[in-house]
Amino acid sequence: MRLAVYTDIHANRQAFSACLDFARAHGAERTICLGDYVGYGADPEWTVEVVMDLVERGAIAVRGNHDSAIGTTTVSMNAEAQAAIEWTRGRLSAAQRRFLAELPLMVQEDDRLYVHSEANNPQRWHYVQTTLDAARSIMATEAEITFCGHIHQPTLYSMSAAAKLTSFVPRSGVGVQLLPGRRWLAVLGSVGQPRDGDPAASFAMFDTDTREITYCRVPYDVETAAERIRKNGLPFWLADRLLVGR
Amino acid sequence: MAKPSVQPGAVIDGFTIGECIHHGGMATLWSVTIPGITVPLLMKIPRMSEGEDPAAIVSFEMEQMILPRLSGPHVPGCFGTGDFARQAYVVMERIPGKTLYSRLGELPLAYEEASAIAGKIALALADLHRQNVIHHDIKPSSIMFRPGAEAVLIDFGLSHHNHLPDLLQEEFRLPYGTAPYMAPERLLGVRDDPRSDLFSLGVLLYFFTTGERPFGESETLRGMRRRLWRDPYPPRKLRPDYPPWLQEIALRCLEIEPVWRHPTASQLAFELAHPDQVKLTARSERLKRDPLSTVLRRRFNRELTHPKARSDLAAQLASGPIVAVALDLVEGSDALNEALRVTSERILATLPSARLACLNVLKLGRITIDRTLDEEGKNKHIDRLVTLRHWAQPLSLDENRLTVHVLEAVDPAAAILEFAAANHVDHIVIGARQNSLARTLLGSVSAKVAGEAPCTVTVVRPPRLASLQQESADEKPDEVRA
Repeated sequence: MRLAVYTDIHANRQAFSACLDFARAHGAERTICLGDYVGYGADPEWTVEVVMDLVERGAIAVRGNHDSAIGTTTVSMNAEAQAAIEWTRGRLSAAQRRFLAELPLMVQEDDRLYVHSEANNPQRWHYVQTTLDAARSIMATEAEITFCGHIHQPTLYSMSAAAKLTSFVPRSGVGVQLLPGRRWLAVLGSVGQPRDGDPAASFAMFDTDTREITYCRVPYDVETAAERIRKNGLPFWLADRLLVGR
Repeated sequence: MAKPSVQPGAVIDGFTIGECIHHGGMATLWSVTIPGITVPLLMKIPRMSEGEDPAAIVSFEMEQMILPRLSGPHVPGCFGTGDFARQAYVVMERIPGKTLYSRLGELPLAYEEASAIAGKIALALADLHRQNVIHHDIKPSSIMFRPGAEAVLIDFGLSHHNHLPDLLQEEFRLPYGTAPYMAPERLLGVRDDPRSDLFSLGVLLYFFTTGERPFGESETLRGMRRRLWRDPYPPRKLRPDYPPWLQEIALRCLEIEPVWRHPTASQLAFELAHPDQVKLTARSERLKRDPLSTVLRRRFNRELTHPKARSDLAAQLASGPIVAVALDLVEGSDALNEALRVTSERILATLPSARLACLNVLKLGRITIDRTLDEEGKNKHIDRLVTLRHWAQPLSLDENRLTVHVLEAVDPAAAILEFAAANHVDHIVIGARQNSLARTLLGSVSAKVAGEAPCTVTVVRPPRLASLQQESADEKPDEVRA
């Protein structure tokens, strides 16, 4: 079965729509969402509505730190993120806020684990920045393959039977077989706010039969997404960074 | 999980096991058959019982990822893989014959034969590098030949694929590979420079022409690290009759800094195919190793003994293309030749490692047997070479980036196409024939080249004159109406 895995959509309607279309055209049969549906972008209602609909039809969704911040003030964030969260809180319906608050932090399915930040301490929202961070996450789960996001930069880590780590920045469109016998941590890039220098939306497809993961890049209407951020009175920097992917 | 036992007659995923062909340290090789495939097949099974070297597993994983993605005559075809969850194996085409290792007893070989072998390996490497893979274990036992004479590279267990995770990256404290052939940068952990393969090929060329390994056989890290600052004895010291052009090539391959080697395997193959065009530098004449002062400077130069930033394989190859410019010295107008020079200059300006081959076709009559001397007794061939060099002079290219070639042929387009194919040219620059009468009678050379070339072709025309532009402007309204 072919999975489409999205993370860090951040209320970017233009980016998420483009990814959903791309995945459908490439035969995606199931949707996995790794959190951070809101924050930063100007279309939180639409985004949460789409995710709720996907979940109703069998998709898996876990909770990210921005989703948590909607319901509680204890999640610490920088000023721009905080401003976006407060604006978003006023836009979402009670049902949508409840949906976000009740999402699980982690879901395991067969030999795969889905989590927003990493598996070792998911409620602490640590970033996977080094092979050591990756090793901690891999050791904390029995799943052979962990999918996560949060850092907005795609990287594929693997651990050999001898507990040696390798890291790799994947090339979009080139499938990589996640060899059995090793354990993998697939850190995905962000749909709605890429930060690796490429403004195109980032997500991944995974074929459960061949165990092949393909990181995908989808160009979308960045100007409209940026314009909507500005028009809604959100910090301008959140619009500007979409244009450069930083 | 119980593993199926491997023995003759057993069947794994439809493949029937035949005889055991080789029992090596890392893997065993079995001949296998499967209905529907007539090519002789080989199944490689890694050794992985308790206590085996973990490198055997990791290098098998690399081969399993890389081999199915490769294609072409320079690699064995891949017919199936099985993973460690059940029975790990790779099934590949069985190349008949022996590896180059079988020739070790005959060393040193004649210069001509050894350089021809190195040329074939360079072409195979060029093809591999174009597929985003660096071999990292070029040595006689990794090289075979097809009946058609193309070199085939085998054993991709230490290879690096630019688009795939490098599982060998942090696995081992010591660089993994074959000590005598390993490039110096590999000792610093660099695994993404295709010129590491050119170094290994240089070791092989040196060994096959002198009978001596340039850096000995030391397997210790300390012994291997010496090559970061100590250059080998020039081949001419070992064999006084060593051709200077061959020493130039061998020592350039063995340069400590990758940037001083040939920019690409294609360019190395080009030099090996055109010995008379090799630009001889001080390297070619050298009889002694570098003086101690130079060696000490290298020894304590941190830039040389520390790794550099990652590079992108495809980008590196793209920066060193072979560009061929075809010049018509008889009918081509000065304006056209000037336009060709301007275009070539623009292409070369953006590509500091590009090589320019200037071509001219000396047309032979279809029936008469041409004499190479003209009526005045001058040698036409040499004349043309001189004219080509004169044309290239204003480009002020470094000599080792420029070659000139006069091709004698009946059909100019076919000769240019043949040269491009044989020398793996990446880009042809050619002028469009201006004389419409000649074009009508003879057909367009540039059109045929553009239509049939295996690479990019740029067709150049001289700037149009004002009167011509006026004419075409007048024609425009008609076109719109039509």
